[in-house]
Amino acid sequence: MMPKFPFLKTKDPENKSKVFVPSRRDFLKLSSLATGGFILGVNFQCSGPKGELITFAPNVFITIDSDNLVTIIAHRSEMGTGIRTSLPMIVADELGADWSKVKIVQAEGDEEKYGDQNTDGSYSVRMFYEPMRKAGATARHMLITAAAAKWGIAASECHTEDAQVVSSGGKKIKFGDLVEQLKTMEMPDPETVTLKDFSSYKLIGKDVAIYDAHDMAKGEAKFGADIDLPGMQIAVIRRCPVVGGKVKSFNDEKALAVPGVNRVVKIEGAGIPPGLDKPLEGVAVIADNTWAAMKGRDVLEIEWDLGENQNYSSAKQLEEMLKSTSGNGQVRRERGNFNTAQQASGQIIERTYVAPFYAHATMEPPAAIAHVHGDGTCEIWAPTQHPQWARQAVAQALEMDYQNVKMNITLLGGGFGRKSKPDFVVEAALLSKAAKAPVRVQWTREDDLHHDFYHAQSAQRIRAVLDKNGNLSGWNHHTVFPAIGATANSAEIHPSDGELGLGCIDFPYEVPNIRIETHESKAHTRIGWLRSVSNIHHSFAINCMLDEIAEAKGVDPVDFVFNLLAEDKDLDFAGELKGDFGNYGEPLDKFPWNTRRLRGVIEKVAQEANWKKALTDGKSVGFAVHKSFLTYVACIVQVEKGSNGQIIIPEVHYAVDCGIGVNTDRIRSQFEGGAQFATSLVMTSAITFENGRVQQNNFDGYQVIRMPQSPKKIHVHIVDSMEKPTGVGEPPVPPFIPALCNAIYKLTGERIYQLPFKS
Amino acid sequence: MEKYTLVVNGKKHQIETESDMPLLWVLRDILSMKGTKFGCGQALCGSCTVLLDDEAIRSCAYPISEVGDQSITTIEGLSKDGNHPLQKAWVDHVVPQCGYCQTGQIMNAAALLKRNSNPSESEIESAMAGNICRCGTYNRIKEAIITASKSY
Repeated sequence: MMPKFPFLKTKDPENKSKVFVPSRRDFLKLSSLATGGFILGVNFQCSGPKGELITFAPNVFITIDSDNLVTIIAHRSEMGTGIRTSLPMIVADELGADWSKVKIVQAEGDEEKYGDQNTDGSYSVRMFYEPMRKAGATARHMLITAAAAKWGIAASECHTEDAQVVSSGGKKIKFGDLVEQLKTMEMPDPETVTLKDFSSYKLIGKDVAIYDAHDMAKGEAKFGADIDLPGMQIAVIRRCPVVGGKVKSFNDEKALAVPGVNRVVKIEGAGIPPGLDKPLEGVAVIADNTWAAMKGRDVLEIEWDLGENQNYSSAKQLEEMLKSTSGNGQVRRERGNFNTAQQASGQIIERTYVAPFYAHATMEPPAAIAHVHGDGTCEIWAPTQHPQWARQAVAQALEMDYQNVKMNITLLGGGFGRKSKPDFVVEAALLSKAAKAPVRVQWTREDDLHHDFYHAQSAQRIRAVLDKNGNLSGWNHHTVFPAIGATANSAEIHPSDGELGLGCIDFPYEVPNIRIETHESKAHTRIGWLRSVSNIHHSFAINCMLDEIAEAKGVDPVDFVFNLLAEDKDLDFAGELKGDFGNYGEPLDKFPWNTRRLRGVIEKVAQEANWKKALTDGKSVGFAVHKSFLTYVACIVQVEKGSNGQIIIPEVHYAVDCGIGVNTDRIRSQFEGGAQFATSLVMTSAITFENGRVQQNNFDGYQVIRMPQSPKKIHVHIVDSMEKPTGVGEPPVPPFIPALCNAIYKLTGERIYQLPFKS
Repeated sequence: MEKYTLVVNGKKHQIETESDMPLLWVLRDILSMKGTKFGCGQALCGSCTVLLDDEAIRSCAYPISEVGDQSITTIEGLSKDGNHPLQKAWVDHVVPQCGYCQTGQIMNAAALLKRNSNPSESEIESAMAGNICRCGTYNRIKEAIITASKSY
């Protein structure tokens, strides 16, 4: 999911990347990297959030210095997916660099320099696989041409390895020794440069350890709050507990009396709608250290005008939402005639599914550092997924040209969508301006849980019609949840096409009569996107329902779902949708919705998990399959009862088809982590509101799974594929949820219709 | 303001601060040692774990006035050059995803190995239950601890 972004530009229908040699002056202007070496830039195009083609400025630079140092700029934010490793390694592999000696430098947030840096929607590898290869290949081609000329031999007799050009006759020259020659060379047309054969890659398709592993194990990795600036002050903010509320008055006397507290500053919020990039209304305590700021905040006296959300109860709203699903909604997809199917039914199964608000609870609570200078410029250090949005929002808040905002990106201590939103970065900027000093804004865990952009609570009702022969002849899916769009525009009271496109509207099964409907619900808090977004609740409802239908028919759920896909085909939902199908920003001809690939992961997971045998052995296993973010995933979860009767998850099998697996170790790690993340969504986590306020304060109230409850063995089976690579950050979550629920049903005999399920 | 002498990673520091300041903020804000992380402020997540003598404590909820003459070990002092068996195992198993909680995990595991150099899987699970990893690296953490215990 992405917000509308002012920098996105649409032009040039040719989806081509361009590799170029920037002039030295341009490069120095563009980059803080000082180098006497050879520089290569790449710009290229890809699809935007609505499928439009976007041309970007240079996204990556490779530099080769005369001392043979190869530096690759990472322009995406690292929040745990390994992208800071996986994109540069693609360049390095094509180039023939010595990976163990490659230096990776984090790009600052700058659209003109690096193009799109919005690290979201599991699309970094999908977008940048080709351009990264072309960049590396272009540089390799130039190095080989230079060495061949030097040796007086044909370029075809040379290849690169370990940062050297090597001839078939055994001559070797370091990249660094060719730098002066490269500087005077014409660059070849990157479109004609030959890419390496896949089988010759040494990094792509392999397990590659993350670049930052050593620093992380030594405590040297720098996250948002880890930057120290001379004279820096720390701010902790008391925000209005109810979204949309305002400060009526406040008394800062006691706060200012706390040793170390220097000033108290009011921050103005946007009111209603609260906005996706605006701070909430509050009062900040600015102090010499974090502890003093926290203590000062504790004794602030604030009288709030709580506003229109002060009586909001999430439980009451959920009841209303659920009730609404039994009426007629807004039809968003229609195939055949569901009513006719219903009239001719042999059996109707009707079930409802509800899921709560979820908070992101990144281990690093939001924090950002700003230094607003007296000369009308500002420098930021922030753990942001979306550097350019943060830069733009800061510029707007400070009424400054965005070019005067320098945006440095730290590592992110978790993101999951929370750190796309720049509200906390804007707070730091406003407070630095007020304090006339560098300021770090530090959110506490309570702040994080009370003032998140939550995954919306949802209610769904599915009516499944079996005809007189027992075939699934009708599917009526009602879904209702406050829309993300409502956070910026209160008039948005239905789930958007984008949100329905996340695993609901693209119901892929061969059912002759389908009707998908949405209902109204207002947002009374800030709604955002959480790892896999609406796929979370859609996959839960659809896959739990399919399991129940299979049971009603007396057939194996894996066979049932497999056969329900009928023949292999590409789906386009033509003539059935009332709105747009986003396909995660990609045209369907480039990334088709292919049922063969969905069947492929079903077959693979059933085989690898030994599904039939597990069933005959009486194991409690659950199955689900779900495509999201263009990646096909099937999952089988096994559960059993622990010694205290608690549910434990001894084994999980995933089959994933994400096209070419670029860094297989990070694919596995995303699935391992995704299973854990989803276990929390099923078993432990929920945010609720009473009187407009969040009722959970810390990890005692908002619980996430810990090591003893975590799935033990997680097997990730990656389908061998040469299809275009797609992302893996989010796709592990959706199918795991219903697979676990279906497994728990086998164990306990109780179906799960409401998350979280507490055993 | 009170005066304290702290021994952190074998080095003495004279500090003047409020007596209720948690050790975490002393380390991070006053001594500028950023390896120890803030996660919850209530001893619920373990991101801030350091050793007090050989015991793992949650520094976010441990006032400086309680430290006394016990010596403090943080991630920066666990080893020279990051070569503690746990740190090596963390790299070998490529444990971290975002990496934020990992210094707390490593320090907590270090305390575990000091009192039990050959923990079973279930002993590891219960010893590490206080440390949350939201990225979900639990299985690799477990494997890394087992690997480290073999060379410990």
